[in-house]
Amino acid sequence: MESAVKFGVVVFPGTWSDRDCGWVIDQVLGQELTYLWHKDADLKGCDCIILPGGFAYGDYLRTGAIARFAPVMEKVGEFADRGGLVWGICNGFQVLCEAGLLPGALIRNASLEFRCEWTNLAVERTDLAFTSQCEEREVLRVPIAHGEGSYFADPATLSHLEQRGQVVFRYCDANGRVVPNANPNGSLHNIAGIVNARGNVLGMMPHPERCSEAELGGTDGLKLFRSVAESAMKVLVS
Amino acid sequence: MSIKSVDERRLREVALTPDEYRAILEQLKRAPNEVELGMLGVLWSEHCSYKSSKALLRRLPSSGPGVVQGPGENAGAVEIGDGWAAVFKVESHNHPSAIEPYQGAATGVGGIIRDVIAMGARPIALLNSLRFGPMPASSRHFEGVVAGIGGYGNCIGIPTVGGEVYFEECYANNPLVNAMCVGLVRTDQLMRARAEGTGNSLVLVGADTGRDGIHGASFASLELDERSSERRPAVQVGNPFLEKCLLEACMDLSHTDAVIAIQDLGAAGLTSAVAECAGRVDGAGARIDVARVPRRERGMTPYDVMLSESQERMLVVVQRGREREVESIFEAWDLTSAAIGEVTGDGLLTVFDGRDEVARLPVKLLTDGAPMRRLVGFAPEPPYGLDVDALPPPADPGASLLRLLASPNLTSRRGLFRRYDHMVGDSTVIAPGGDAAMLRVKGTRLGLAMTTDCNARYCHLDPHLGAQLAVAEAARNIVATGARPLAVTDCLNFANPDRPEVYWELEEAVAGLAHACRLLDLPVVSGNVSLYNDSNGESAIYPTPVIGMVGVIDDYEKRLGAGLRVEGDFVLMIGSTHNDLGGSEYLKVEHGHVAGRPPALDLTREKAVHRLILAAAQSGYLHSAHDCAEGGMLVGLAECCLLGGIGVRCPAVRPEPPLRLDAAFFAESPSRFIVSAASRAMPEMQSLARRHNVELSLLGLAGGDSIEFEGQLKVSLAELRAAWESMVAV
Repeated sequence: MESAVKFGVVVFPGTWSDRDCGWVIDQVLGQELTYLWHKDADLKGCDCIILPGGFAYGDYLRTGAIARFAPVMEKVGEFADRGGLVWGICNGFQVLCEAGLLPGALIRNASLEFRCEWTNLAVERTDLAFTSQCEEREVLRVPIAHGEGSYFADPATLSHLEQRGQVVFRYCDANGRVVPNANPNGSLHNIAGIVNARGNVLGMMPHPERCSEAELGGTDGLKLFRSVAESAMKVLVS
Repeated sequence: MSIKSVDERRLREVALTPDEYRAILEQLKRAPNEVELGMLGVLWSEHCSYKSSKALLRRLPSSGPGVVQGPGENAGAVEIGDGWAAVFKVESHNHPSAIEPYQGAATGVGGIIRDVIAMGARPIALLNSLRFGPMPASSRHFEGVVAGIGGYGNCIGIPTVGGEVYFEECYANNPLVNAMCVGLVRTDQLMRARAEGTGNSLVLVGADTGRDGIHGASFASLELDERSSERRPAVQVGNPFLEKCLLEACMDLSHTDAVIAIQDLGAAGLTSAVAECAGRVDGAGARIDVARVPRRERGMTPYDVMLSESQERMLVVVQRGREREVESIFEAWDLTSAAIGEVTGDGLLTVFDGRDEVARLPVKLLTDGAPMRRLVGFAPEPPYGLDVDALPPPADPGASLLRLLASPNLTSRRGLFRRYDHMVGDSTVIAPGGDAAMLRVKGTRLGLAMTTDCNARYCHLDPHLGAQLAVAEAARNIVATGARPLAVTDCLNFANPDRPEVYWELEEAVAGLAHACRLLDLPVVSGNVSLYNDSNGESAIYPTPVIGMVGVIDDYEKRLGAGLRVEGDFVLMIGSTHNDLGGSEYLKVEHGHVAGRPPALDLTREKAVHRLILAAAQSGYLHSAHDCAEGGMLVGLAECCLLGGIGVRCPAVRPEPPLRLDAAFFAESPSRFIVSAASRAMPEMQSLARRHNVELSLLGLAGGDSIEFEGQLKVSLAELRAAWESMVAV
């Protein structure tokens, strides 16, 4: 298909959501898919770069701390600076923070335990390439799977983020109320995902690629992939 | 030559008996040197040689129409359809986990994953079976093991989708940690770890070799005692990231036909890997040079290198002259590989250190030379009988239900499963928490169901019947998802078999296992034996023959969950209930006894019930199905309600004599399911039941937010949930 959007999925040696993202892009959505090897400083003309979940280089030191130095990340940084779409999921979010493409950090869950479970996300921005198919204040059901997903930033950064509306997803209850009980990891302000000021770099801890088919328990994640596909398509057409 | 040529202390160090040493002298016709003695010690350990159990294991059925690989390889394999085979195995890591819970459990997971990789399969799921002493006293074991399983599985990116955990006094000093891995491979790409072809290269890949884990296999073949913590160096340390790289690189090996075989380095390290690989081919031998083995530390002797159990290593047999192709695949993943030797045709394992020959032993002496131990078993005093008539009737069945749901053996395991990534891979279509888990096979309609099961209390009361019940329950868990049980892997956890009553338990359990597997047409394609699970010659564990099972459903869209789904559905009991209170959780929780005979099992009836459920699932009559097991009908029903978030309204239970009321509620009679179906499906269900000659009775109607038996009990789902999710915030 000529009009297909070309997604690039970055593969570090310890990445494991690469094939899950690839499956959704290729098999569910029918878009063009390229895997980008961490050692290659080449984005191969992709329209949207996904940094998927995993333990990039084992993450024994600190999540994402080594990955930011990978050859591919230099190109990802340049691509983001040019306004290209960069989407970090789970470990990818951690890498984006370490690389300075997004503010703040992801620290150990408040429970001090790994958490793999379904969460509800309140969507706070629908004007982004990543969320254009979502409704205002829509509640998405998306699973998390992380040990270090508690979003942290200093007060100044946090208020800056809030003022500029850079919080895209917040953990909420099934009715969309952002309450402490709905926060699975102790993230400040229940933050589950943020975007940079320009709106082209998104980081989120939950895994949309794990809820893009009904048999896996839900299809809310597919809305995000569709959003990207649609918006990138618009760019191609315009 | 005599036994005098070696001192007894040295023999104890390598865990060989004087008799075994004599056998070595006879077969070798000379005294082994130090390196050879160490190599023989590890391969002749119980853990590697199965010298106490091999004769018994032959009784297990291991073949069948779907079996593509039975016991004897790194893992077993069965066909599941569309050209795919499921590769799977369960293995114990009990002793290391007792000493160092986190690393013991983590490396147990790492080891079983490599077994599946060695078959050329991609690992797609992990399960476990755990036993601990009561909490909170056993929290060090529990916390460490759970964290270790999660730490390894979460990092490597293989979902942990199933498992079981029980708490009993007998495991306080000897926790059990059994890990199972399931993988997928195209049947025509299944690999076998056979060192074929004289002159082919032996390439060692993965982690550098260190001094960790030396004598691990021997350690696993002794009872634990107060000096066991000194054995901590015998416990290995895991590196899941390295194993992830090893896994992907091994998957990439399928792109070349230069690879003859892959063998995991597990217990007994390089010695075992090379000997086993060569031992599977008649007349094959191997020549290796330990000087070429990449090392983690200086000053290692050939002895250290041959016996090291450093993790995350694989041995690859490569066609001569094509080593470079294979090396470049490993290089892409930044893995070190080294050609350390070659396959020979002399039937000998010859070890060099540079130019010096340091060991030369017949492969068959290593792999099959250990004298089989002839142990004697006799039945101990039978455990306490149970006088059912002496039990008072349940005063308040609702209160009993709440206490049972809060019992550590029955509480919801959600708090555990959320610590494991059970979704990675985008294939988990039935998540943990119900009966069996199910993964779809991408690109097909196939669903692969999997479970681990064993009620060791039953096995303690009657090992023969207990083992049969374990097989039957595992099969029921598979059937409850709508899948057809295919094959079994077993992990036989027992105490010291030198004690006649323990050996009797082992004999009885294996006989029971064999009987049930034969009658249910379930070949045992892989397995593991863990003996000497005692401490200081006492506190023996319950006999615990853990059953791992896989099954398949042709179209996973027809899968069934355990939870009620639709208000107004008929909730049915399939199968019949008897006064089976022996060994029940009810008896333990409400009356403080572990006594009586386990529930009677009729395998022919069991099979009929399975056929009925599968036929009903296939025809789409059912909305849910749940195995009715520990805690009996009332606990099973509560689980259906809690998992589905829907209550149930039932008329009062009026058992027909001689069935007792407590038994109607809480007996653990096997061969039963609780299912739900729309009212319009009832005529079909009734005729199916008649055709299969299985009892079907109406329990009640789904609906509301409580469990109610008119005039007998009414408990809200909120109360039930509070009890069920009370598992100590461990």
